[in-house]
Amino acid sequence: MSLLCAEAPSVFDLLAGAGISFLWHPALSEASGGEVRRLLDRVESGAETLDVLAVEGSILTGPKGTGRFQMLSGTGRSMLDWVRALAPRAGHVMAVGTCAAFGGVTSAGGNPASAVGLQYDGHHLGGALDAGFRAKHGLPVINVAGCPTHPDWVTETLLLLAADALNADALDSFARPKFYAENLVHHGCPKNEFYEYKASAQQLGQMGCMMEHLGCIGTQAIGDCNIRGWNGGGSCTRAGYPCINCTAPEFEEPKHGFTETPKFAGIPVGLPSDMPKAWFMALASLSKAATPPRIEKNATADRVKVLPKVRAEKP
Amino acid sequence: MSARSLLVGPFNRVEGDLEIRLEIEDGHVRAAYANSPLFRGFEPMLQGKPPLDALTLTPRICGICSISQSAAAAQALCSVAGGAPAPEGALAAAILHAVENLCDHITHFNLFFCADFARPAYAARSWHPRATERFTAMKGSAVRACIEARAQLLHIVGLLGGKWPHTLAIQPGGVTRAPTLRDKARMASTLTAFRRYLESTVFGAPLEAFDALETVEALRGWTTGDAGLFLQISDDLGLQRMGPGPERYLSFGAYPLADGRSFGPGVWADGQLEPVDSATIREDLSHAWMLGDAAHPSAGRTVPDEDMADPAYSWCKAPRLAGRTVETGALARQVVDAHPLARAIIAGGSNVEARVIGRLLEIARTQLLLEAWVAQLKPEAVFMQPVDLPRNGTGEGLVEAARGALGHWVRLKDGVIDSYQIIAPTTWNFSPRDANGTPGPVEAALEGAFVPEAEDTPLSVQHIVRSFDPCMVCTVH
Repeated sequence: MSLLCAEAPSVFDLLAGAGISFLWHPALSEASGGEVRRLLDRVESGAETLDVLAVEGSILTGPKGTGRFQMLSGTGRSMLDWVRALAPRAGHVMAVGTCAAFGGVTSAGGNPASAVGLQYDGHHLGGALDAGFRAKHGLPVINVAGCPTHPDWVTETLLLLAADALNADALDSFARPKFYAENLVHHGCPKNEFYEYKASAQQLGQMGCMMEHLGCIGTQAIGDCNIRGWNGGGSCTRAGYPCINCTAPEFEEPKHGFTETPKFAGIPVGLPSDMPKAWFMALASLSKAATPPRIEKNATADRVKVLPKVRAEKP
Repeated sequence: MSARSLLVGPFNRVEGDLEIRLEIEDGHVRAAYANSPLFRGFEPMLQGKPPLDALTLTPRICGICSISQSAAAAQALCSVAGGAPAPEGALAAAILHAVENLCDHITHFNLFFCADFARPAYAARSWHPRATERFTAMKGSAVRACIEARAQLLHIVGLLGGKWPHTLAIQPGGVTRAPTLRDKARMASTLTAFRRYLESTVFGAPLEAFDALETVEALRGWTTGDAGLFLQISDDLGLQRMGPGPERYLSFGAYPLADGRSFGPGVWADGQLEPVDSATIREDLSHAWMLGDAAHPSAGRTVPDEDMADPAYSWCKAPRLAGRTVETGALARQVVDAHPLARAIIAGGSNVEARVIGRLLEIARTQLLLEAWVAQLKPEAVFMQPVDLPRNGTGEGLVEAARGALGHWVRLKDGVIDSYQIIAPTTWNFSPRDANGTPGPVEAALEGAFVPEAEDTPLSVQHIVRSFDPCMVCTVH
């Protein structure tokens, strides 16, 4: 449903304008019941062309490998069976959301329903479809990961596919489109100044950086959330809660509380991507010592308490 | 005499997966069996996790009722601590929650429900050209106006909650972001724009005028906007005579604020309003593919029967209040809150039309609530206060999702979640039979529905099912 939040233009106008139409969408199409079963049969037999198969939600393989935890209503067949039948018919296959990409939240805890992604089981290649699966046009499953996924990530992937402009080079090592995967959530985060000085929030609701105490891994998580913005310009960190790396495989099992940072000898275990540990330690201690009082005070306040100094007029 | 059996699915324009088996005799449904064919296991998933993880994981049960799950989880944890959110934080949480509920209602009306009126099967009806122009799936002018207005209304969630769905802004002690004066002004502007959409499109008149309707006669006189079009269609198709409910209405009460719930809690049955006694809830497992005995959710377990043995036919448990089925949703909420129109339209029992009207009424009333809340929001106030969770204890979080009563029950042991049980609105409405053989509300509502020989996906059945606005992903979770 996050897809419906696409704006300027709306999702229907955007896709229609690019010549993209839905053969079927379970929440949006008129067709229901028998009409859908007949359509699926035509696609399976090859009588109806399927340019893109977009799947939301993880694929459940339980109980006991049968897939019966997730039956496609009215068909007597599991979603696992349907995906395996339809994927080879599709020009491209898209996993929409982290569940469909990697298993996601549905595979948290003991993974009670034996959930997998379309082509990944967590970090491991090979899910409902084989590791070597390629759709008709030669690409692996395109993982539009995110929990939720951004409506623009979905529509822009479709726009690029329709323009035949998305090739293997446009995907990162987990087959996520680079147009959003080449950024970190850290980029454009409004807490960047606090991060620079390691001026940390002690608890949720405070303005400081959430990396040191509150589980934020925006410096390691891929996504252009703080560049693009959500729902008119929001993001997790802008709303005062941490990035939990929801575009990544196995984000659902951080091995610690989502809003707490695991530490070893008082130092956060996870460091920013591409940063040598020694440099991080040296820079952190230096910048912490140099924290201006304004930033230090504001870090543990719920709103700006100390304003930036206004420069006096030059004499 | 002719008898046949029909399997209806996939069921479009309901949230999630639904399959309904119908036994048909002489052109009418004799018995219906509602199957929720998806089991994911969020409840066992939460066992052993840090308590606050529920705030991250339970909203992800659903991409449409996400904030409702978030609010229920925060309230359940808060009740373990015996604490309370900062009053202004509760107000901000109510704004977030009400925006989601409002979005869900207009989505249901325009995208999920009314799309069926554009079907070729209704081509001979006088209203069909207009219904087609307004409601054709993904193309109708009302459909397009709806998603644009909805996306803009959700800017309020972007501002206060970072994103929709799956915000983590709502916490036991309040919300994570203190809105500024500027945020308040933006939210008020967004609401003004949304009111313009509602008044020019959905109602064709001031919201206050719809809220002021008190009688069935006054309602039948409403001709403007898509609400007027719906009433014309409903009259012609006899939607008032379709899909009777159990005539017992449950609401946990919506939007807990410092001075009480804005839509009051209660159970309306036999012309009486009684308080909700959540201790009398039992989840019956006789016809669910679940192992164990009927239990109150504080003592309940979720152990799927991997053999899927008969006579069970759904992953959905069957909640009962004091042993009986109840209907929950916007209509129930407005009936319990004693709105005169809601009480008037169910004088002869609930039905397809009444459920849609209940939702329209709540759209008008929720917009009015939101405007008042944003006006009274104090940016200088405290929006979060500490709530210290004990290592051991039990809690209950009762809220109202768009689709009705949502409850979370949690037990903490040694600092982690020992048990977590959820009953979602559609778990009530779409429950399977219980040990007494009593069908769930939608199963009962379908009995007697007219099914022409030629239809394999009967229209009457679709109208009845969608009138409840089921959210199947929440149902079994």
